[in-house]
Amino acid sequence: MSSLQSLDIAKRSATTTNPPQARKTIEVAKLIDVSSCIGCKACQVACMQWNDLRDDVGETHGTYDNPRDLTPQSWTVMRYSEVEVEKDRLEWLIRKDGCMHCEDPGCLKSCPAPGAIVKYSNGIVDFISEHCVGCGNCVTGCPFDVPRLSKVDNKAYKCSLCSDRVGVGLEPACAKACPTGAIRFGTKEDMLDYGAERVSDLKERGYANAGVYDPQGVGGTHVVYVLQHADKPEIYHGLPADPKISPLVSLWKGAAKPLAVAAMVGAVVAGFFHYMKVGPVESKDDADNKADA
Amino acid sequence: MATRYLRRYEDRDRMNHWFIALMFVLAGLSGLAFFHPSLYFFSALFGGGVWTRILHPFFGVVMVAAFAILFFRLWRENVITPADREWVAHSGDMLRGNKAAMPPVGKYNAGQKGVFWLMSVCLLVLLVTGVMFWQPWFANSFPILLRRIAVVLHAASAVGLILGVIMHVYAAIWVKGTVRAMTRGTVTEGWARQNHPLWHREMTGKQ
Repeated sequence: MSSLQSLDIAKRSATTTNPPQARKTIEVAKLIDVSSCIGCKACQVACMQWNDLRDDVGETHGTYDNPRDLTPQSWTVMRYSEVEVEKDRLEWLIRKDGCMHCEDPGCLKSCPAPGAIVKYSNGIVDFISEHCVGCGNCVTGCPFDVPRLSKVDNKAYKCSLCSDRVGVGLEPACAKACPTGAIRFGTKEDMLDYGAERVSDLKERGYANAGVYDPQGVGGTHVVYVLQHADKPEIYHGLPADPKISPLVSLWKGAAKPLAVAAMVGAVVAGFFHYMKVGPVESKDDADNKADA
Repeated sequence: MATRYLRRYEDRDRMNHWFIALMFVLAGLSGLAFFHPSLYFFSALFGGGVWTRILHPFFGVVMVAAFAILFFRLWRENVITPADREWVAHSGDMLRGNKAAMPPVGKYNAGQKGVFWLMSVCLLVLLVTGVMFWQPWFANSFPILLRRIAVVLHAASAVGLILGVIMHVYAAIWVKGTVRAMTRGTVTEGWARQNHPLWHREMTGKQ
């Protein structure tokens, strides 16, 4: 929502030079253990409460998903998937959806407004709303389809991982509220260690494909899941198996833009030198009649 | 002997041309602000980033609309003919300033025609792709993959258009006597005889 003095910035949108890097901070992560989630939505409520968000009352669609999708007022949403991984064995998979806080954020890469999206050195990706121009590029840049552009103020919104709380040493509101300990918060290293423990527990309980979801295609994420079926992340309401920044975004925002700027500036410079070398094309009569022109 | 002038453009076409040029500058600068971080300072000309984002598509649509009028008035004279191929083969001579080696051309030479079609295609692509990610009006009607493609094509055709305009402006400065075709609507007979001899013959009936 707004930039925080208590957190150091590691990456800044539409900025070609390095941010200050003298201080090193510990990378944090939120671990969401899908296997321990009971779908109570305390995290959704805590998110609304801490961030002072109130979504419109929606309509029922015959599922527990409420609201139906992420919105500018709902930065996290529980996704309920009924799946039969094995035949005649129904599983109710409940995934807390929201920003994954990518190490290499597609939103930040595609944003054209300097400083509208930052990645703090602790790994949190935050939208700095006062710099947002409302172009919607973050929506197309995100490999997880998370940011939502508000129709009210044309600013993009998403989970901030409670950067304001983390900045003063508190855990995110959702983690604080979770009654089963399915949401944990700490250093990324600790979360991966804890996740590995959970995975071995799950494997003992017969979930042979249990695993931690920390997709390397986006450099890893600062929100990681423990999944019972990590070999099939798609069954968790379409969690992408191998999310990456689209080549359309990375090519264009990578090499193509500086080359294109060089081509445009180069064309003007080439024209100037061409004129100086070759000189203008003049017709004889024109030269004779300049006084009349 | 007093200089004789030939009419090259009617006033309404000249006014339309300059209106398009004005819109090109506005759409171009506001678009370049989002093109590369080093050009973001252009957004200051339009009242900041948010205003630049709001105004840019309107500049663009108005430019395309005005260009469409120009297109329908000029496209017939810009149809590529076999004779243009010879001109292109000699374009190296042209760039070296060896005007005498160039085959005679009509109202437009192959280079001008090329710029005309380049601008027409780029503007069409800019319009179609621009609508596809125009927030908040139309963008949400298009799937995200399509919008990603649209953003890339939009930026690429913008570069094409800008390069075309650079060529267009440079050629006008380089070939003396050209600019008055748009500032006054007329060119000197000498200019026409040298640069567009077939058009000169058509206009005057003289060799």
